[in-house]
Amino acid sequence: MSSLSAEEKKLIEVDWSFKGVAGKFDRSSLQRGYQVYTEVCASCHSMNLLSYRNLGENGGPEFSIDQVKAIASAAEVMDGPDSQGEMFTRPGRPSDKFVSPYPNVEAATAANGGAYPPDMSVLVKARKGGSNYIYSVLMGYEDPPVGFQLDDGVYYNKYMHGNKIKMSNPLSEGIVDYADGTNASEEQMAKDVTTFLTWAAEPHLEQRHKMGVKVLIFLIILTTLVYFSMRRLWSRIDTEV
Amino acid sequence: MDEKPKKSKRDFLFTASYTLGAVGIGATIWPLIDQMNPDTSVKALATTEVDLTQIEPGNSITVLWRGKPVFIKRRTQSEIEEAESVNLTELPHPEKDQDRVKKKEWLVMLGVCTHLGCVPLSDKGEYNGWFCPCHGSHYDTSGRIRKGPAPTNMEIPKYEFVNNNTIKIG
Amino acid sequence: MSEKTYVPSTKFGKWFNDRLPLLSLSAHLMEYPTPKNLNYWWTFGGILTFCLASQIVTGIVLGMHYIAHTDMAFNSIEHIMRDVNYGWLLRYIHSNGASMFFLAVYIHIFRSLFYGSYKSPREIIWILGMMIYLLMMATAFMGYVLPWGQMSFWGATVITNLFSAIPLIGDSITTWLWGGYSVDNPTLTRFFSLHYLLPFMILGLVVLHIWALHVPGNNNPIGIDIKKPSKDTVPFHPYITIKDLFALLIFVIIFAGFVFFSPNILGHPDNYIPANPLITPTHIVPEWYLLPFYAILRSVPDKLGGVILLFASIFILFALPWLDRSKVRSAIFRPLYRQFFWILMIDVFVLGYMGAMPAEGTYLLIARIATAYYFVHFLVVLPILSSVEKTEPIPLGISDPVLKT
Repeated sequence: MSSLSAEEKKLIEVDWSFKGVAGKFDRSSLQRGYQVYTEVCASCHSMNLLSYRNLGENGGPEFSIDQVKAIASAAEVMDGPDSQGEMFTRPGRPSDKFVSPYPNVEAATAANGGAYPPDMSVLVKARKGGSNYIYSVLMGYEDPPVGFQLDDGVYYNKYMHGNKIKMSNPLSEGIVDYADGTNASEEQMAKDVTTFLTWAAEPHLEQRHKMGVKVLIFLIILTTLVYFSMRRLWSRIDTEV
Repeated sequence: MDEKPKKSKRDFLFTASYTLGAVGIGATIWPLIDQMNPDTSVKALATTEVDLTQIEPGNSITVLWRGKPVFIKRRTQSEIEEAESVNLTELPHPEKDQDRVKKKEWLVMLGVCTHLGCVPLSDKGEYNGWFCPCHGSHYDTSGRIRKGPAPTNMEIPKYEFVNNNTIKIG
Repeated sequence: MSEKTYVPSTKFGKWFNDRLPLLSLSAHLMEYPTPKNLNYWWTFGGILTFCLASQIVTGIVLGMHYIAHTDMAFNSIEHIMRDVNYGWLLRYIHSNGASMFFLAVYIHIFRSLFYGSYKSPREIIWILGMMIYLLMMATAFMGYVLPWGQMSFWGATVITNLFSAIPLIGDSITTWLWGGYSVDNPTLTRFFSLHYLLPFMILGLVVLHIWALHVPGNNNPIGIDIKKPSKDTVPFHPYITIKDLFALLIFVIIFAGFVFFSPNILGHPDNYIPANPLITPTHIVPEWYLLPFYAILRSVPDKLGGVILLFASIFILFALPWLDRSKVRSAIFRPLYRQFFWILMIDVFVLGYMGAMPAEGTYLLIARIATAYYFVHFLVVLPILSSVEKTEPIPLGISDPVLKT
C-alpha cells in the first residue's frame, strides 16, 4: 500500500465543459461519445443501468425520438417467455436497457482473459479522479520502460494502478467515422467518450447545476432579508447580535 | 417603543421575509410530493404492443398494461349483433357499440370493473359478456354495464392498430 | 415549566388546554427566557433539529423507492438517481445531509466543551446528547451499508467484525449480527430496518435533551447562572428564533453547495462499485466523521485492545462532567483549560487525518501519540486542571461589569 502513492502519476487535467457551477455537456460531443461507445467499447463493456430512452432525454445526447427508436430497434433484446414458455428475441424499444455484450459477469470474465471489463454505467463516479482518470487511462498507453515485465495479454499504461492493464489500447486514429465529420483523432475520441461516460454516470448533472444556481440565488436573497429583519428585531435589545 | 416612520420599513422587511420563506418552503415540498408520481421508467413502459394473430373468433386474451388487465376480445358475428341491437335507453350508461370499438370484430377494454376495481369474469353473467364476482355487476358483449352497482361501462384505453394483426395500447 | 401560567384567550382554547396543555407548551417555548448574550455557536441546536428533520423526511421518501436486497439495492439507488422524479436531489440531500449533520454535531459538542455546558446542573443534557451522538453513528454506519457498494460491504464487514474481538462469545455475536456466516442479505435487511428505526429513537432523545435543557435553561458564553426571566434574558421567540433561522440559512447555503455542486466529494468512489465479497478495496476508510475513532482502533496492535480503546474513547465522554470538576464553566475564564481545549481540538483533527492514511510507519506512530493524548486529556489533564488552575474573575451578570472575586 505504501508504494501505491509513489506509482500514481498525476492525471491529465482536461478543461471539461461540464466542470464548474454552470457546467453543461457539449451535446455533439455526447453524441460522438455514444458513437465511440457503441462502435468501440460496447463489444466488451456493458452499461446496464442505461436505457435507450435516456439517449433522448433532456441534458443528455438529446437524440431525436426517431433516432432513439432507430438505435433501440437495432438492438436484439431477449424477451419472454411467450405463451409457449419460450424465450425469444425482438427488436429493442426505447424503454429497454442497453443490451449487454455478455450474458453475465462470468462469461465476460472468461471471454477477456480473466479480467472482467467493468460495467460503464457509473464508472466515472467509481474511479478516483473521475473524468480525468478515464481520459488519462485512454491516453496513457505507451511502450513499457526497459526491463518492465509484461505477460501476454497485459499492456503498459502510465495511469493504471500498477501500470498494467488487460485492455489493449482501444482507440486508434480513425477507428470510428464520425457522422458529423469531426476528425476522429485519439484525443478527440477519448474526450468524447469520456464526456459520454460522465453523462451516463450523472445524467441529471445539467439539471442539478441549473437548479443549484437558482437555489443559491434564492437562499442568498432570503438570508439577506432575514439578516436585516434580525438586526431590526435585536435593535430593541442592548446586546449586539 | 417604535417610532412611526420605522414601522413601515420594518413591515416591508418582515413581509418580504415571510413571503420569500413561504415560497422556499413550497418549492422544497414539491420534490417530496412529485417523487411519488410515476417515474420516467414507468412512463416509458406506458405502451404495449399486442399480436392478435393467435386469437380465434369468440376467444379473448388478457394482457397487462400499466399493471392492469386489458381484455382483447375477438367477437363473433352474433356477439356483435347483440351489442349493436341494444336500445340505448335501456342502458345505465348509454354508449353506442360502434363508439367503443375501432374494428367491430375487436373489443379492447380495461378489464377493470368500474365499481371498485375487481377483474370481471368473461363469458359470464346475464348479458353474455362479463360478470364481476365481487359485487355482482353484469356487463354485455360491448363491456357496457347492464345490471349491478357499477356506475359506468368498462373503460376503453387509448389504442391503435399498428397493422391488421397488431395493436398498440397506450 | 417555570414561568407565569399561560391562560388561553378563547373559550375553546381554554377548554382544549385544560385537557391537553399544548397551548401552554407552545407558550412556554415561545417565551422561554434565553440568555441574551448567546453567540452563533449556540445556533447549532436549531441547525441540528433541522438536520434530523431533513434526514427523516428525505429518508422516508427514499425508503419508498429503495429495495433492501443484495441483488437489487445498488440498482435501486441508481434507479432513484436516474428515474425517480427529483430522486437525485433527495438522495444527494440525504447522503450529504449525514455529513452536514455530523459537522453540526461536532461543532455543537466542541461548543459544549469550550463553554463547559456539560457541567452541573446540565449533566443529564450532556449524557442524553452523547446517547444521541452514539445513535447517530450507528444510524450513519447502517445507512452507509444500504447502497451495497464496495465500501458499504467492506465497511459493514470490518465494523461487525469488531464484535468478534469479545472473548468467548465474540464469534456467536457476529454471526448473530450477520444472520449468517458473512455480511449478506439478512444483514442488509436488518440494517435497513434499524436504519429506519433509530432516527425516531434519536428524535425521542432529542425531545428529552430539550426538556432537560429547559429545566436549568441555557448555559451562556460567560458560563454564569442568570436569573430568568430578567434583564439578562430575551424571550426565545422572536429573538432567538430569528437568530437561529439566520444561522440555519447560512448553514443551508453551504449544504446546498455540496448537494448541487460537489455531491460526491465527501463519499468514496469505491462505493459506486457494486459489492463484491471476493475483492476487498485496497484502502478501506470510513466516512470522514468516523475517522478519529478509526485511527484509535488501528493504533493498537491488538484486536481486543483496539476495540476496547475505540469504545472507551466514546464512553469516556459520558464521564466528562465528573472528570472536569472545575466550578468555572466557560473557558473564557480558564486560561489553562483554554489552551488544552485547543490542543484537544488539534489532536482530534490529527486523529481524523491519520484515520484516512495507511496504518503504517510514521502515520501509525503519530496516530498512537494522538490516541494516547486523547485519553491523557480526559483522564489526566482535566482532573489535574480542576484543582490547580487559577481561574480569572467572573462577572456577576451578563450586563453587569462587576466582577466576582
